[in-house]
Amino acid sequence: MPLLEVRELTVRFGGVVALDRVSFDVNSGEVVALIGPNGAGKTTLFNVIARVYRPGAGAVMLDGEPVLKLAPHQVVRRGLARTFQNLALFRSMTCLENVLVGDHINIRSSFLGASAPVPNALKAEAEARNRAVEVLDFVGLAPHAHHPVAALPFGVQKRVELARALVSKPRLVLLDEPAGGISHEEVGDMARLVQRIHSDLGVTVLLVEHNMGFVMGISDRVVVLDFGRKIAEGTPAEVRKNPAVIEAYLGAA
Amino acid sequence: MQEFLQQVVSGIASGGIFASLALALVLIYNAMGLVNFAQGEMAMFATFVAYALIENGMSYWIALPLALVLAFAGGVLIQRVVIRPVERAPVLTLVIVTLGLATLINGLAGFVFGYIPRSFPSPFSVQTVSVLGALISFRDLGVIAVSALVLVLIYLLLQRTTLGLAMRAAAHNPDASRLLGVRVSWMLALGWGLASAVGALSGIMVAPILLLEPNMMQTIIIYAFAAAVLGGIESPLGAVVGGLIVGITVNLAGAYLVGGDLQLAVAFLIIVAVLVIKPNGLFGRPSVRRV
Repeated sequence: MPLLEVRELTVRFGGVVALDRVSFDVNSGEVVALIGPNGAGKTTLFNVIARVYRPGAGAVMLDGEPVLKLAPHQVVRRGLARTFQNLALFRSMTCLENVLVGDHINIRSSFLGASAPVPNALKAEAEARNRAVEVLDFVGLAPHAHHPVAALPFGVQKRVELARALVSKPRLVLLDEPAGGISHEEVGDMARLVQRIHSDLGVTVLLVEHNMGFVMGISDRVVVLDFGRKIAEGTPAEVRKNPAVIEAYLGAA
Repeated sequence: MQEFLQQVVSGIASGGIFASLALALVLIYNAMGLVNFAQGEMAMFATFVAYALIENGMSYWIALPLALVLAFAGGVLIQRVVIRPVERAPVLTLVIVTLGLATLINGLAGFVFGYIPRSFPSPFSVQTVSVLGALISFRDLGVIAVSALVLVLIYLLLQRTTLGLAMRAAAHNPDASRLLGVRVSWMLALGWGLASAVGALSGIMVAPILLLEPNMMQTIIIYAFAAAVLGGIESPLGAVVGGLIVGITVNLAGAYLVGGDLQLAVAFLIIVAVLVIKPNGLFGRPSVRRV
């Protein structure tokens, strides 16, 4: 059974059809990229999976369980984490604190739990901090742990967001334009990082990205959207040769 | 000099009371982007609850924490029942709702407990001890100690625990927090509970000085507003520092400059001066809007 199943998903904003009966699967252990020209519906699709938008029709299953009935925090508990195209970090906090918020679901911090048995609560807090430091180390940001996130360059902030998504130990992570807005060298670092998320942490990755070099280098499979429709799906090599894809990107010859 | 020192210490004691209520205002400001105009009345009602517990024979040191726990529960309840249905409403609606809540609680207190001012017990004697030649009352020292303890506990909760972290996250960026698995709505309710409890503390501390009656907090809330605005309305630390500055300033002004009748005017002067000269207060961040 696929880890994520997207079935016949349709989203309309007023008269605009943002997604038109889109279906695809993401298997456990894969890196799948979602590409397409601007306005193709990629981010909309992400937002449906993460429960920001409610689709007009269709279904999304995570490990066989329908996601659309769950509240956003319940989706996170089922092992789904995400990053945002325009970073959504807590700007007044340090890197470490940002990552700790991402770990929120793993810390038994009901109000009673945080106050009643103090030694247990302290132990849980210390463990959470250790996990957060480990993940920051994984993305190469351990030295920045106690720096306020707002003062760091954009490319570094992207890695903080990635760490925040990974700390909850998700099964599936959604990355919204991981290579967007960062320098050429940083794109290479980010590609290696995504591969390590996949190989070292065993996390399945679904990403949206415009940088074709980045997508073709790291993806197992590519799903192509155009005007809300899926027009192609396959390995990077197959998709690159697909006439419909070439037409969507370059326009009809 | 000794009298000056006495005035400063008693200013710190009032400052601790203002700081507690100002902190309550800040906690809720962070949770809903608006000060809670019912904060003073909620504190007054909680003080009446503490009074009723003590009148029925409970020891002060059991009644105090119990009243704070009840105030906490009351704050959570008010958020769930009154505020949550209108949390996405325009600011003006929320202003009216909290003003209505203030009127309602004030009337309810009058209905249940009556309008006759009552003396509220203090566990600290009004006897004085000599510190560096200044005579300082045990009551002032007790108020300072209790306020300081509670403010430190709140600080530790907000800054040193992951629960506090989640509460701050939910207040700063509710949408992102929700997608990270934080139960934003409950975090906001906890913020209300916490605010209600620290506010209640200010009422219980001030009641022995002012006499307990339904309108008891109506001047104190003005000082608390001044403290919160001075500190930068979003900053818990600012509320505490602001509370101390307002407490000391108002006390000294009352003793040496304007007399007791115009002390409240000094608080208004502080509010106006801060808004004109430094609108973000001492610890507030300048508000930046991305366009």
